[in-house]
Amino acid sequence: MRFLINLGLIVLLAVFIFIWTLLPWYAALGVAVLVAAWMTLTRSGRQAASVTAVGVSTLRQRLGSASVIVIGIAGVVGVLVAMLAMAEGYSQTLRKTGSADTAIVMRGSSASEVMSVLDRDSVVLIPQAEGIAQDAKGKPIASPELVVAANLPIKGGKADEEGSVQLRGVSEQAWAVRPEVKIIDGRTFKPGMRELIVGKGAVKQFAGMVPGHEIRLGNQTWTIVGVFAADNAMDSEVWGDASVVADTYRRGSSRASVTVKLADPSKYDAFKSSLEGNPQLKVDVDTTLDYFNKQSEGTAKVIRIMGIVVGVIMAIGAMFGALNTMFAAVAARAREIATLRAIGFRGLPVVVAIMLETMLLALIGGIIGGVLAWLIFNGYSASTLAQGTVGQLSFELKVTGALLWTGVKWALAIGFIGGLFPAVRAARLPVTAALREL
Amino acid sequence: MKYLHLIWAALFRRKTRTILTLISIITAFLLFGLLDAVRTSFNQAGQSANGAQRLQTGSKLSFIQTLPSALGAQIAQVPGVKMVTYANWFGGAYQDPHNQVFSFAVDNNYVDLYPEMDVSAAERKAFDDTRTGVLVGEKLAKRFGWKVGDKIPMQSTIFPNRQGDKNWNFDVVGIIHSKDKKAGAFFDAMMLLHWKYFDETTPYNQGNVGWYVTRVTDVNQADRVAKAIDAISANSDHETRTQTEQAATASWMKQLADIGLIVGSIMGAVFFTLLLLSGNTMMQAVRERTSELAVLKTIGFSSGSVLSMVLAESILLVLLGGVLGLGLATVIVPALSAGSGGFLNLPGVGANSWVLGLVLMVVIGLLVGLLPALRAMRLNIVDALAGR
Repeated sequence: MRFLINLGLIVLLAVFIFIWTLLPWYAALGVAVLVAAWMTLTRSGRQAASVTAVGVSTLRQRLGSASVIVIGIAGVVGVLVAMLAMAEGYSQTLRKTGSADTAIVMRGSSASEVMSVLDRDSVVLIPQAEGIAQDAKGKPIASPELVVAANLPIKGGKADEEGSVQLRGVSEQAWAVRPEVKIIDGRTFKPGMRELIVGKGAVKQFAGMVPGHEIRLGNQTWTIVGVFAADNAMDSEVWGDASVVADTYRRGSSRASVTVKLADPSKYDAFKSSLEGNPQLKVDVDTTLDYFNKQSEGTAKVIRIMGIVVGVIMAIGAMFGALNTMFAAVAARAREIATLRAIGFRGLPVVVAIMLETMLLALIGGIIGGVLAWLIFNGYSASTLAQGTVGQLSFELKVTGALLWTGVKWALAIGFIGGLFPAVRAARLPVTAALREL
Repeated sequence: MKYLHLIWAALFRRKTRTILTLISIITAFLLFGLLDAVRTSFNQAGQSANGAQRLQTGSKLSFIQTLPSALGAQIAQVPGVKMVTYANWFGGAYQDPHNQVFSFAVDNNYVDLYPEMDVSAAERKAFDDTRTGVLVGEKLAKRFGWKVGDKIPMQSTIFPNRQGDKNWNFDVVGIIHSKDKKAGAFFDAMMLLHWKYFDETTPYNQGNVGWYVTRVTDVNQADRVAKAIDAISANSDHETRTQTEQAATASWMKQLADIGLIVGSIMGAVFFTLLLLSGNTMMQAVRERTSELAVLKTIGFSSGSVLSMVLAESILLVLLGGVLGLGLATVIVPALSAGSGGFLNLPGVGANSWVLGLVLMVVIGLLVGLLPALRAMRLNIVDALAGR
């Protein structure tokens, strides 16, 4: 019989966790309202409310053990939210880089820009395709770009410690296809000169990235003349004139990709098939939105899975901590609970009261953890070698509302499990034995 | 030692509580084992004695920039250089672009520079003789079910062949076994193809070399040799940057992520929680046993021995959970590496992790037991027996 009840509880838990993970916030709110209504309107609900009030009022005497639940869960939620915020910040940064009204053309079967090579003929041919927007002078808005990597000294690193940065050789049209890029310090480079402008993310990572400073690329000296900001992945790049960069990197007149502004984003499919069907070209076409989404997928997924694995293991630890504390609390209050049962309170209010108490503690822990993660990590800048690029991508951790909600959901789930078993034990306490026990 | 029985009995006085606490401690040390494996795998990368003897020479501009193949003969002339080889990225993938394979187009003698790679003499000869032959790592072969003699179609995510097609065909002629199972997880997950075949098949390489690998005769001369190699192409349009393999790998890992910081902060959060949790358990245990401890003192146990008994109990608790948790991690880590199909290459929980873990267990046990133990020591017999 006992075995069956326990089995039933475990099945109930599994179902609960499954539904809970799928629950959106408004449904959770609905459940909360329902419970509140039950507690104010029905007789057994009012009983539950008063038992809960008694339990909560004695919390102050059990601060030490109650804090185990709160701090344990705060730790789980804090770590989980921080890891998810890292994945979120990473993919947001890349996602913002692309848009639905620009498309990127690369050589066929290239996984990313830096692996692609377009010869001169293709670079001339691509902007002539149908469906590209035109500027005031009637020229197509298409920007052939060269993407290479450069080794630069890392800020705060040892003397010969170098990191890799993505260097993009661009022409004037680069500004037209990316209106979000703005010069925030100094000026832009002059065509034909060995001058560079750097993204504000790269400024933070590499040494000497101030206008007027000179850096060495191979055996050449280049001057930094400005800083630009785009608030996306471009911030981690360094830009220079395409033909000069091609010269330094011995790329001749070839380019890596052509980014174009579409005249009409809804006719993207026609544009894509006209280019990919052109026998003179061997190219792949993607909207930049798709392209950057794809680039962010792998790494963001790895970070997210890591966060969830670590979170689950920590959650198991915290859950047993909560179980422990609540079993102790039930044992300490055995006489009190038995007295309630003796004067006519039913089992259900007792179960609900103990569950609510645990979940209240869990909620406090979840909120503390989430707020801590938000205070410490929101906007915290991190960097990694991004998949599909050849430089470090710097991004900021983003603690969003959705992530905080995920954290609170985890906290409540841990509280639910941590409270359920002690609550059931409390309700099944044999009244006479508990009353006699000293 | 003679009190062990007493301590054990005290520990399992409340079975549920002790078991619940134990599970918490087990999960904490399981996590510790996993994270420490990740940390060591990052730290160990390239840190072998063989790695110190090898220099990597790449373009000073960036790692994607290639070098002229004529440089190899010049590097071989530098005093202190024992052997030179070269390689290119191939960027291979099998069947689906997501199934990325570590693949390099290499010179014939590449394997000679890496004694960590074990290839049988017959297979080595077959590789030298077969233009389209490839050597594949043991794990990689297992992952895709390849055998010697198989013809395998590969895609390159970087280099199309002359027809503009991304499909390449290779013959598996040999298997690379890793000699050092612990450190060399990388070697049995990679694929080597002939640089010559690669260069002839793709129009995009044109006789260039991605990087050179040099083996030096004397490790202590490595810095001098590196400088001499870089001096060859100083002020040319292909200046080089030569580093020991150790330094190069360490720099890559650092750019990938500051793993130490991430692991450190997670571990901090985990152990802080653990400390609180088991501290609370010990507090409860001592509080419950106040009268028993008083009896012990009455029948002649000194305050000192009561103190050490409570401390021993808490250390025993953490040690039990910790050893179980770390043991679990020791079992799980290799399973994870195997299950991920070469994606994760964790070295397993080594002796260092165990030592660090055991020290942590004792320290945590001491910290956790300290307050309750002091309380037990200061117990006044009369008050405790009276239940005051």
